[in-house]
Amino acid sequence: MISYLLFIATVGGIYGLLALSLNLIWGGAGMVNLGLAGFFAVGAYASALLTTAGHAPIAVGWLAALAAGGVAGLVVTLSTTRLREDYLAIVTLGFAEVVRLLAANEIWLTRGSDGISGIPGPWKAALGPAFNAVYFLIVLAALAVVFFVARRIDRSPYGRALRAIREDAQVAQVAGKPVLRFKTEAFVLSAAIAGLAGALYGHFTSYIAPDLFLPLITVYIFLAVASGGTGRPAGALLGAYLVMTLLESSRFFVEWIPGVTAVQRAALKELLIAVTLILVLRLKPSGVLPERIPPAPPQAR
Amino acid sequence: MIILQALVNGLVSGTLLAVPAIGFTAMFAVLRFPNFSVSGVATLGAFAGYLAYGAGLQMAGSLAVAFAVAGAAGLLFDKVAHLPLVKQGALPAAIASIATGLVLENVVRLGFGNEPRGYDRPIARDIHLGEIRVSPQQLETMALALGLMLAVFAALAFTRIGKAMRASADNPELAALKGIRPERIAMMASFVGMGLVGVGGMLLGLDSSIDPLTGTRILLSIFAAAVLGGLGSAPGAVLGAFLIGIAEELSVLVVGSQYRAAVGFVAILVVLSLRPRGLLGERAF
Repeated sequence: MISYLLFIATVGGIYGLLALSLNLIWGGAGMVNLGLAGFFAVGAYASALLTTAGHAPIAVGWLAALAAGGVAGLVVTLSTTRLREDYLAIVTLGFAEVVRLLAANEIWLTRGSDGISGIPGPWKAALGPAFNAVYFLIVLAALAVVFFVARRIDRSPYGRALRAIREDAQVAQVAGKPVLRFKTEAFVLSAAIAGLAGALYGHFTSYIAPDLFLPLITVYIFLAVASGGTGRPAGALLGAYLVMTLLESSRFFVEWIPGVTAVQRAALKELLIAVTLILVLRLKPSGVLPERIPPAPPQAR
Repeated sequence: MIILQALVNGLVSGTLLAVPAIGFTAMFAVLRFPNFSVSGVATLGAFAGYLAYGAGLQMAGSLAVAFAVAGAAGLLFDKVAHLPLVKQGALPAAIASIATGLVLENVVRLGFGNEPRGYDRPIARDIHLGEIRVSPQQLETMALALGLMLAVFAALAFTRIGKAMRASADNPELAALKGIRPERIAMMASFVGMGLVGVGGMLLGLDSSIDPLTGTRILLSIFAAAVLGGLGSAPGAVLGAFLIGIAEELSVLVVGSQYRAAVGFVAILVVLSLRPRGLLGERAF
């Protein structure tokens, strides 16, 4: 039971990182990333390949995952930041699909749908059964760092500028904010965090494959951010664990329904997630922890 | 010769792709958000048509069933989920539409499972033109797609409701001042747009097989066709669909069929970098 809870808490923490990543751009700058699963995969593969085939230390793999996610984010935003937000939505969706195609078909590099197994965990042999607990602490540490960075940004002048861009990019531009640069920076940072989350996931489960990075993960994270509270890092974090709880409890729930096949159970679970997301968007769009807009600082005379 | 055959195949698949692309771009022009539930609606249409065809209806009748069922689903979801959110901006509506697409996909999965199903059309001998091969079925579906497109363009050009729709897409405030009721136009766009998407899902599934992910697989091609031609432009969507159809077939010769689905993405990136408003520009209805 303890190991099950630790597993849930760790995966929930990784979802929390993804939720913070999404919140940074969606809540912060009003951009969406429908390809979150793709950036997650890029980080997971970068770190897994470096540490298995490349024999690099795990820490190097994680740094590489951050960098790979960021570079992928830069590529995606370069062609779209000048355009309306709907285009970014379409492009990111396509990006995740292409990442999955590459992972499934470039067998020389990624071993295709067999996936990469034997991804090393930090001190795994020495720790033995305590590995899960230690890994949970590592994820928690990463989560804490990202959380405080996110909150720092949220409350800084930079975060306020991002919000201004979210509300009205034209006004922000007129006020002298480098809108394009800010949007690109925010997206790159967000994509890098998603990449790190992917690496943390791969080294935890020691196995990754293209089918683990389905667009469904992106929907989970959107549900996390929307239900927790868009625009507030604490909300994103809370939302990630809410989604994790929903996912796990729905598993028990659908197993309890008699006379349904495994495929139908999976369909029911996805239905539940999708319907919940629609209900949250319609009925409680501000989430459990609504965004707090800090009062403007007193004007210096 | 292989290239010529690929061009012919691309022309056929481009014609089929144009149907859902017009639907998607028309909805975008009127409702002002990218509707991602196109994936689920295309699947729904494909399965509705599959049931109708299995029940003994002719191809045209089955396509009409696909149109009606998909259109009704589009109308319903726009009403309860998407349009109330558009007031907050295009993005909340777009995100909700991902969820509604997922709902439809899984409703189909609940009923039919994941196994692929074929339409069981009668087998006919290919027509040879020199070394180019075309199947009579391809010609039939192509003719149906072309007929449907002609009907849509004629309706947009000549009927009152078509003109009202173009006016509303062009300038909603002015159209409302002229007594065009925006809610009616929106409902019309939801129904006809998603109807076309449902027909498209069936048309593109006819040659191979259908399963709950049928719509998801063609989603990027539909978006690419619409973005390539200019989001919101119906003639642009047709042009874009032909280009994407041909590019996808040619790509098979170069990089293999496994990267067919990436063509749409690359096309979107290139167009957005070089000519962000698309080949024909936005709002060229």
